[in-house]
Parts: sequence; structure tokens; C-alpha cells
Amino acid sequence: MAGYYEGLVILVGINIIAVLGVSILTGFTRLFSFGNGGFMAIGAYTGAILSTKLHTPLVISIIGGMLMAGLVAFLLGKITLGLKGDYFLIATLGFGESIRVIIENMQSITGGARGYSGIPLKTNIWVILISVVIAVWIAWNLLHSKIGRNFQAIREQEIAADAIGIDTAKYKNMAFVISAMFAAWAGVLFAHYFSFIVPIMFNLLKSSEMTITVVIGGLGSLTGSIIATTVLTLLPELARAAAEYRMLAYGVAVVLIVTLRPSGLMGYKEFSFKKTIAWIKGLLNRKKTSSSEEEEEEAA
Amino acid sequence: MTETILSINGLNKNFGGVIATKDFSLDINKNQIVGLIGPNGAGKTTIFNILTGIYQPTSGSVKFMGTDIIGLKPFKIAQAGVARTFQTIRLFKKLSALENVTIACHKDCNYSVFGAVTHLGKFKSIEKAAQDRAHELLEIVGLQDDAHRIAGELPYGYQRRLEIARALAIHPKLLLLDEPAAGMNAEESADLCRFVFDLHEKFDLTIFMIEHHMDVVIKLCDYVTVLNFGQTICSGTSDEVTCDPKVIEAYLGEE
Repeated sequence: MAGYYEGLVILVGINIIAVLGVSILTGFTRLFSFGNGGFMAIGAYTGAILSTKLHTPLVISIIGGMLMAGLVAFLLGKITLGLKGDYFLIATLGFGESIRVIIENMQSITGGARGYSGIPLKTNIWVILISVVIAVWIAWNLLHSKIGRNFQAIREQEIAADAIGIDTAKYKNMAFVISAMFAAWAGVLFAHYFSFIVPIMFNLLKSSEMTITVVIGGLGSLTGSIIATTVLTLLPELARAAAEYRMLAYGVAVVLIVTLRPSGLMGYKEFSFKKTIAWIKGLLNRKKTSSSEEEEEEAA
Repeated sequence: MTETILSINGLNKNFGGVIATKDFSLDINKNQIVGLIGPNGAGKTTIFNILTGIYQPTSGSVKFMGTDIIGLKPFKIAQAGVARTFQTIRLFKKLSALENVTIACHKDCNYSVFGAVTHLGKFKSIEKAAQDRAHELLEIVGLQDDAHRIAGELPYGYQRRLEIARALAIHPKLLLLDEPAAGMNAEESADLCRFVFDLHEKFDLTIFMIEHHMDVVIKLCDYVTVLNFGQTICSGTSDEVTCDPKVIEAYLGEE
């Protein structure tokens, strides 16, 4: 049973790393991508090939996968980021699917549609915990620096961002490259956990799942994304019987969130224990004062 | 000797068959406050948009401190030292007043990507300096007590001031103000006049402003250009301009 829970933690960890990237891209820069599954695939295959053919240690495979995905994202971003919002989204959607098809057709290198097997099982719970801590640390630091502030300026008001001298094209591409690198990181860990990968694992469904998670968690909230990833990864596991209705549930959740609470679970706010405690104290105090008022009334 | 900071020569801009700007020329000297006035639709904002690189002119040249800025991207022009505010306020609405100004201090934050990722090295001291500068600018525009309020929730007049603070953060040499007194009553616009004049003195700023409130223009501007149908119809000191029959005609129509 311990193995089962360990597996759950590893899955949650992998998803958190991938979603962090999407959170930076979509939540903080307001660029929607349906192609991050493709970057996960690039990472997974690059990492897998490095580990099996060149026997590199996991760290090198991760860095190799990230660099490869980052490079592809940089070139793709250069071409497509000039497009306005919706068209960029469609371009990434096309990209994600074509990566899958390319991998399926490069049979001699990738094993094609039958998949790539024999990847060393190097992803264990410690690797995941360390990776998640480092990934969250990097994402948090980035967002709390000039770079993260410039992303938010682009999200809020692109013309004004330009008018204060921010190179919006450069920073949009940077957000895209960062999100691709996080996806690739998750992809490498994924490959070394399952030991076997097929292109279909990184399809449009995977990409949209990540974007949906960020929307549910709340745009512009890193902690919101992390909470949403944890819940959305664990829920279908805990309710096994209902697992096949997962995508249906996602759809309903997105419709509800967009209509009832467009800012998502934690929109534009970060979770903090201090504030939560203060909020609970506030609630308790209100009760106290209302009960003391009642007492006064009784006395009168 | 007076130094010309902005030199506009024979500027034309057509949108299809519509002539938005026709043969517009203007020199602005260092430390001047210059006003651009004219009826609605005269093409005033079009000129601002050309100066800041949002539009490309059909023909003509714009020299800022001696270098041609036509064809440069908007962010490059901003980095060269031209800051602006917008007719319809464009703040980073969901962020705090302080964040709005800190973002604009990005050129002061000269740490590397490595510094941004790890927060090591000089990162903390540079960030601290940028925050301090943002606080200082907020104090100059009188928003020191509202630093942590969300920009979109500030009262209208404060939002205008915040936009100016944000523009000042990029170390501008020329500040373009697009109708700073729009929607203000007499008292508020008198306040704004004092405030803009203080900035002008304090930062040695050259200011080029579009304004409809004539009292503001008369109080502030050393030199005024009047635009109608994209063309300069008259320019001079504010007294000269307000007495010119062509200006009266443009605003009030022919007798």
C-alpha cells in the first residue's frame, strides 16, 4: 500500500512542475497555450534517449530535455508570438499535435507509435520532492523579480507596458520558453518513472488538462495552481469508480468557475497561513462581538 | 542657448483616405511646457501616437535629442526617454499602486536572470533600492498613503496621478501628457496645474501636453500649438493663441 501512496505523490509532483510553467505563461502573462503537452513530450523523449543511449545521470537528462524544449519554444515563439491572442493559441495547439505526429514517425529514434521502453527507473519519491521544491523556488523567485513584474505588466496592459520601455516581445517569448522548460522537466521525470512512454500520453488532452488546472486554481496565483493540481490529480484516484468521468467533471468545473468565479479558486492572491489565521480570527471576533451585543441587549 | 529636445518636421499621417495629420512641424526646447490644443478629432492624440511609435507616419521626421526615432519600436522610444500618459487611463489595474510604479523602475533593476531566479548576490539590495524609489515617486505625486491599494480601485484623480508617477519612473527627459485634466472640476485642475509645474521644476522635465481646459493651458504652457483637421492653424504664447480669430473660428464656428 505504501507504494501506492508513493506513486500518488510522484504523480502529483510531476503534474505540479508542468502546471507551474503553464501558470507562469497563462496566469501571469495571459498567454494561452494548448501545446505544453508537446514540450513535455520533447522533454520526455530527449531525457529518455540521453539516459538509455548515453547513460547520462538523471540531472543531465533533465537539463538536456529542458534545453531542447526551451530551444524549440524559443524558435516557435519567435514565429508565433507576433500573433494576437487566439491565433497564438491555435498555433500552439497545432504545434502540440504535430510534435506527437513527428515523434510517431521518427520510428528509428523514438520507437514510433509503439512507444519507447527500457528507460531506467530513476524517478523516486526523493527525486520528486527535491524537484518540486526547486521548481517552486525558481518559479516563486522569478515571479517576485523584475521578470515576473514585467510578465504581469504585459498581462494587465500591454500598450502601457510598451510605453514604459518593456520589450514585450522579448518577455512574452521568455514566458513561453520558461513554461516549455518546466513542461520538459516534468516530462523527463515522467519518462523515468514509468520507464515506458508513447506519444499519445502527451496529446491535446494533456495540454488542455494543464491549462484547465491553472484556470481552476486561479489565474495569477502560484499557490492556487499548486492546490488545484493536487486536488485534480488526487480526486480521480480517490474516486476510482468515477475516474472515467474525469474530463466531464473538468468541463463542468470550468463552466462553473468561469460563470460563477471568473478569477478561479485563488485568483490574483497567494495562499498565506498568516492571512488565513487572521481571517479565522476575524470571524471568531465577529461572533464574540455579536454575542456580547446580545448580552447587553439582555441586560437592558 | 536653448537646446531643442524634440524636432518634428513635415509630419503626415493618413488612415486610408482620411488625413489625420497634415504637414505638422514643431520644435520643443529643453525645459519648455508646450500645449497642443484643438477641437475633438483634430488629430492631437494621433501625433502623440506617432511620437511614441504606436503609429508609423506616412512621411516626415521626428528627431528626439538629435536621433531619428521614426521606425523605432515603442519600448525603444520609451527607453530613449519619452514617457507618456494616456487619454483613457491605462494602469495595471489589478496590481497595487506601488507595484505599478515598481514595474516601471525595471531599468533600475539591473540584476541578471541568474539573480532573478536565485535572489542571490546583489538582488536584494537592488530590489530594495527600486522599492524605495517607487515609494519616493508615490510620495511626490501624493499617493504615499495609498501605496498598497489596488490601482483599479483608486479614485479617478489618483489614478491620473499614479499614471504620471509611473511615467516618471522611467527617468524621462520628455513627458507627454494626454489630457491630464480630463474630467476634473476647476479646483481639481488648479491642483493639477500646481502639481505638473512642480514636477517640471523638480525633474527639469520638458512637457508636451494635450489639454482641453484652457485655464490649465494658459497657466502652464510657454507655447501653444492649435490643431484643426490635422493641420496647425496657429501657434504662439497662450495669449496670442486665444485671441487669434482662426482659433475662435475653429472652436466656435464662423460668424
